[in-house]
Amino acid sequence: MAKKIHVTTEINGEPVEFLCEARQSLLEVLRDTLQLTGAKEGCNNGNCGACTVLLDDQPVDSCLVLGVEAEGARIATIEGLACAAHLHPIQQCFLEDAALQCGICTPGFIMSTKALLDRDANPDEHTIRFQLAGNLCRCTGYDKIVRAVQDSAKALAKNAVRSGTERDQSNGNRNTTERIQIR
Amino acid sequence: MAPKNTEAKKYNVIGTRPIRHDGADKVTGRAIYGSDLRMTGTVHGKILRSPHAHARILSIDTSAAERLPGVVAVATAADLPNLKDKIANLGEGSVNLAHLSANVLAHGKALYKGHAVAAVAATSPHVAEEAAKLIKVEYEPLPSVTWVLDAMKDDAPRLHDDVRTNSMGKKSDKTSNVPTHIHFEMGNVDEAFSKADVVIEREFKTASVHQGYIEPHVSTALWNEDGHLTIWTSTQGSFTARQQTAELLQIPVSQVTVVPCEIGGGFGGKIAVYLEPVAAILSRKCGRPVKMTMNRDEVFEGTGPTPGSFVRIKLGATKAGQLVAGEAWLAYDAGAFPGGMIGPGCMCVFSCYELANARVDGYDVLNNKPKTQAYRAPGATQAAFACESVIDELAEKLGIDPIEFRLQNAVKEGSRRVDGPVYPKIGFIETLQAAQNSPHWKSKLEGKYRGRGIASGFWFNIGLKSCAAAHVNPDGTVSLVEGSTDIGGTRTSVAMQLAETLGITAEAVKPRVADTDGVGYTDVTGGSRTTFATGLAAYEVGLDIVKQMSERAALLWECKASEVKCADGVYQSNGKSITFKELAAKLSHTGGPVVGRAAVDPEGPSNGFGTHIVDVEVDPETAKVTVLRYTVVQDAGKAIHPGYVEGQMQGGAVQGIGWALNEEYIFDDKDRMLNANYLDYRMPTALDVPMIETIIVEVPNPAHPYGVRGVGETPIVAPPAAMANAIYAATGVRMRELPMSPPRLWAAMSAKS
Repeated sequence: MAKKIHVTTEINGEPVEFLCEARQSLLEVLRDTLQLTGAKEGCNNGNCGACTVLLDDQPVDSCLVLGVEAEGARIATIEGLACAAHLHPIQQCFLEDAALQCGICTPGFIMSTKALLDRDANPDEHTIRFQLAGNLCRCTGYDKIVRAVQDSAKALAKNAVRSGTERDQSNGNRNTTERIQIR
Repeated sequence: MAPKNTEAKKYNVIGTRPIRHDGADKVTGRAIYGSDLRMTGTVHGKILRSPHAHARILSIDTSAAERLPGVVAVATAADLPNLKDKIANLGEGSVNLAHLSANVLAHGKALYKGHAVAAVAATSPHVAEEAAKLIKVEYEPLPSVTWVLDAMKDDAPRLHDDVRTNSMGKKSDKTSNVPTHIHFEMGNVDEAFSKADVVIEREFKTASVHQGYIEPHVSTALWNEDGHLTIWTSTQGSFTARQQTAELLQIPVSQVTVVPCEIGGGFGGKIAVYLEPVAAILSRKCGRPVKMTMNRDEVFEGTGPTPGSFVRIKLGATKAGQLVAGEAWLAYDAGAFPGGMIGPGCMCVFSCYELANARVDGYDVLNNKPKTQAYRAPGATQAAFACESVIDELAEKLGIDPIEFRLQNAVKEGSRRVDGPVYPKIGFIETLQAAQNSPHWKSKLEGKYRGRGIASGFWFNIGLKSCAAAHVNPDGTVSLVEGSTDIGGTRTSVAMQLAETLGITAEAVKPRVADTDGVGYTDVTGGSRTTFATGLAAYEVGLDIVKQMSERAALLWECKASEVKCADGVYQSNGKSITFKELAAKLSHTGGPVVGRAAVDPEGPSNGFGTHIVDVEVDPETAKVTVLRYTVVQDAGKAIHPGYVEGQMQGGAVQGIGWALNEEYIFDDKDRMLNANYLDYRMPTALDVPMIETIIVEVPNPAHPYGVRGVGETPIVAPPAAMANAIYAATGVRMRELPMSPPRLWAAMSAKS
């Protein structure tokens, strides 16, 4: 058995330590060591995007990242998106727009969408399609996913305005903090 | 776009777009798919696969693998019972169990590259992989064949020594690679052709394509100390998985429980078992749960693609545009074992048109590819690519608008299909009219190398068995248990039908998919049957509950149950009234719980028709095809949840676009697949397609209380033909081979100029 390496990282805002073999991917560590099974394995070679997580705010195929590369990094996974029993606006829009069928690609799409909208609050259709081209969906034909991303952008813009007001009234609310971060 | 309803009927729940019941789990990553299971003591199985497309297995030596630390069990075909030929019905298609067994683990011969040969279980997936490599298999490579017409030749390499052609009940005395020849004939074909003003005959080829579901096959089996086998798996049908596994292992079905996990896509490819029986025998050997997950290359090489094909079509018409005769000759890959998709191919080829004189010959052909499996309207897309291309050519030659030509010859209620059945009420003409009136068809398309194409498609949509049960909760909600695995939102489309029947909201129904011990026998989620048949079961559950609730109201009001009327969830009698919710709160002191149940086996088919319009632009330098605009028109009967009906239409269309433009199995000179990964097997990405416009036509199915027809499969049938017709309009080149990938289209365009 290969010797394991100690890794200190941050996942969804919380400090995390784990041991992993040098050959283990971040996806494997997330799913098998840390029980964060929201990131899915569709191909294990970076072609389908079902395992997308954010590594220091950048969307990555976690199957192509080694577990040890998480050392000192900030990781965001689908499990950390909803907070205080509220779905994130992107999650809500995916549901309202019926942007999923089997759902296996959905966590990856949502994380890629988060990364996109963090960078570009109002992307046009072509930009959305270009930025999501690394995520494969075999069920929907992408139409409703693209619409969900468009609607997410609108919802986030609305939320950003509202949460700015909310922040003045209630400090320390996790939900508000999360939304400000999105803005 | 709002559904085009030919018979408006007022519903409260049906036709609305509630959020799916499993939605929160699926967008938060909490839904448990097969690979997300974490069970104490689990070990991991791995399959060793044949590197040869065709080879005799001379010996298998597992001793080195068994000695590797961490390995707990090894299995080969020797661990499977020897089965005689026996046909098992899987709902959508059937299977010979002896062949299924030999597909699960090769018996004596490997018949395709990727054919499972042995399996190993170990304490980690990495150790299992290493151990699999230590299994020594001695092969004698044999000549192989993959192209369907080559495989039919007398001197082609034989896959099986015992296969002889069965031609409409007559069995040949020679062995061959053609297990089945189908023949349908109606009218006087030769005479009718002689009277036709225009006759066009063309040949078409299509490559093998894969269903491409993003979730690889995954199964976990636990053979418990009490002898009971439980399997957690990604399957379209828990009961058919149970039946196949029990038969392959020769144990009673009562000894097996199949727990369907959330399933990450299937499209017909997750009906036959692959891993389930292997995980079971490994678990029996080591006494621990054994989890097996395929890699993506194993999915491509070891599980069913849909048939590659050769189709010849001849159609004759009068100058006035009436089709008078048709002839079709189809040869489809069966792959390594008999039983491909040739039957439905033959039944679908002329299914859209009135043809008094028609002849169809179809051949199921063995070749060294994985055993072909169903893929969304299995067999129909290849046939429609051929037929709809010739229809387009005929319309052009006759100078008739392609929609007008189709309208003139379209099947309607009372039309007879070449394989016999007479259509009940169907909505093909309505889809053509809706296409004609669509903003897309009425729009202008201008520009060089741009073209518009149209094509139609048909799929049966089956009925089959479904069970459901529901109990009324004191807060007025209803918990629904059903046997249909939910691949694309059917929990909700089924629950909505129960809600409509009871007069409560969609959210007040709590649907759950049960395992094989928790609900009555239910056929696969396939054949576009779930919203139709399991929806019918939910409707009948609703009627059962309404009857019992009426009795409770009668008890409260001291009247006869027959005097209680229920409408929109309100029970009334002699001026008194009580809502479903109020009544639900009184159940505990009016006789106890109310449980409704239903077992249905409705007659199919419900006959789904669709018409697709596409605009393309072809790059003259590279022959890359860009889809500019796409519209799907389809008769859904009645769209229960229009959002998910549109989703089926859009998803099917994009799979069809992939089939048309890029997807194919590419083999090397030794018939080994070269592109068993998503980078080289090129499925459409978000960037490859535009928004997919949808027009839902609703011609209610008379065989369903709410008129549901089923919608999942029809939308994949028309796209390749529609794309080919559009490419012709753009370039003047008729493409008769799929995929119409840049190299192929470029060669054809170059040859023309």
